[in-house]
Amino acid sequence: MALEREDVRRIAELARLELSSDELATLTSELIQIVDYVQQLRSIKTEGVVPLAHALDLANVFRDDCLAPGLPREAALSNAPKHDGAYFLVPAVLGE
Amino acid sequence: MMGLTFWFRRFSENNAVAGLARLDAIQLQQMLRTGQISSLELVDALLEQYAAWEPRVGAFLNFRADQARDQARELDRRRSAGADLGLLAGLPVSVKDILCTVDYPTTCGSRMLRDYHSPFDATVVARIRDAGGIVFGKTNLDEFAMGSSTENSALAVTRNPWNTEHVPGGSSGGGAASVSAGICPLAIGTDTGGSIRQPAAFCGISGLKPTYGRVSRYGLVAFASSLDQAGPMARSVPELALLLEAIAGHDPRDATSAPNEVPSYSHTIAEPLRGLRIGIVPDHFDAGLDAEVDAAVREALGAFRARGATVREIELPASRQAIATYYVIAPCEASSNLARYDGVHFGHRSTERDRTDESPLARLYCRSRAEGLGAEVKRRIMLGTYALSSGYYEAYYLQAMRVRRLIRDELLAAFQSVDVIVGPTTPAPAYRLGEKANDPLSMYLEDLYTVSANLAGIPALSVPCGLSRSGLPIGLQIQAAPFAEELLLRAGAMYQQVTDWHQRRPAA
Repeated sequence: MALEREDVRRIAELARLELSSDELATLTSELIQIVDYVQQLRSIKTEGVVPLAHALDLANVFRDDCLAPGLPREAALSNAPKHDGAYFLVPAVLGE
Repeated sequence: MMGLTFWFRRFSENNAVAGLARLDAIQLQQMLRTGQISSLELVDALLEQYAAWEPRVGAFLNFRADQARDQARELDRRRSAGADLGLLAGLPVSVKDILCTVDYPTTCGSRMLRDYHSPFDATVVARIRDAGGIVFGKTNLDEFAMGSSTENSALAVTRNPWNTEHVPGGSSGGGAASVSAGICPLAIGTDTGGSIRQPAAFCGISGLKPTYGRVSRYGLVAFASSLDQAGPMARSVPELALLLEAIAGHDPRDATSAPNEVPSYSHTIAEPLRGLRIGIVPDHFDAGLDAEVDAAVREALGAFRARGATVREIELPASRQAIATYYVIAPCEASSNLARYDGVHFGHRSTERDRTDESPLARLYCRSRAEGLGAEVKRRIMLGTYALSSGYYEAYYLQAMRVRRLIRDELLAAFQSVDVIVGPTTPAPAYRLGEKANDPLSMYLEDLYTVSANLAGIPALSVPCGLSRSGLPIGLQIQAAPFAEELLLRAGAMYQQVTDWHQRRPAA
């Protein structure tokens, strides 16, 4: 069930990455190699083992729900590629 | 103190600059406190070191001498007014360019964030400033900390101060080079799979990855959130203890930071450990290990034995899966974390326009990411997206999380019978620039000794333990149980009391 170029193209769409055909070719062969290596995990017996998402034994970390100053709008917009002083601007989605 | 004063005077007569750059943070702090030198004099001495070394090694992405001098002047003013300046008073600390700073850009070594200016300081950076430390430039790294050689930086090349044909390691390669070259006594790195320990080993310095949660991740730009941890880099272990003490502790802004008390690492550091129980893992010494590294590690074990430590073999079979586990989990988390770079709120936005496009917004995402992100970052996003996609999630991500528990449980069980696990930090000394750049899998396999500590969340230290015949440093890794940094640092300091590898310096 090796990865094929078409699979890699589909993954790139999911990841919102535009790839050149050179990149697609290189990534296909590299991903095949890496996925082949990590296949070894599938041979490990893990019945009944609870997945570990996080190494620290912390659960349900709560804090009081209180008002605190947030990032000022000006600061939040300061790195925006395009904005109008109040909102982030993107290309028109519904046509002009 | 007399000896130190004499030593300094001797240098101040003919070569004060090289003299100061050779002192460690603890000696410098003493001289600052007693008024033998001012913060400004120290910064100026290090600026000369910067001028001599930086063109050759390229440790920094952004460096502002005037800013460092201003901060030093301000500290001198406060000191003379009698203020208590804190644990790092007047000490310059370089910061890996993946930690947010208000007074420098935070680029992550990426074209995506080349012009990004954070509106806030990372907690680690804020604590350095609060403790009287001087932020001494932002250091180079593999893009978004993904890599083991700093060659994946999209913005600059960093070279190993011991031999500029070789890599400094990575991803905290700039930080390791900055300390190794004597440009600053202290550095902050981050470690997701070995990114503090491996460059420390390659550059002949000491570096600590703390327990997951020991140091706040607020303002540390996320690569793999369950693995990332910031930590100290310096020549010697007592300096690591000092810097860790300044940056560690609970942070309400990071829900994954641990509420555990922060011990006074810098005070207990010199206490010797009696009857230290060392575990070694036979797998660490198999055919893949370079003979010179093997010999250096065995000699280090001898030094521990001579100080009363016992050494026994332990088996860690689940850890054989550590690389495979890591290279599923880390890319999965990365693909999710890096989804934020879409060209909308901050970072690079493609200016390409295609009027015929049916979905201009989706196209903006795809183009901006294509232009802003480098090859290794794309590779990991692709790998993670694949492993999380429908039909593969159970086989890869879920299975990797199960194996992760086996690896962690096995390590925690081992620490019932040994205090520390000792072995090589890397399979071989620093390789040449370009040598592995076109072979991602072989680069990943280099991380085999370091990734388990991240998966298990345990603290791990690398200290210099030798030099190869070709003159490249060799690192010794020491790992301990969660939150056992005090023991770990004392073990490292005990080793450095009887060896001088950490005092060796690259030829000027």
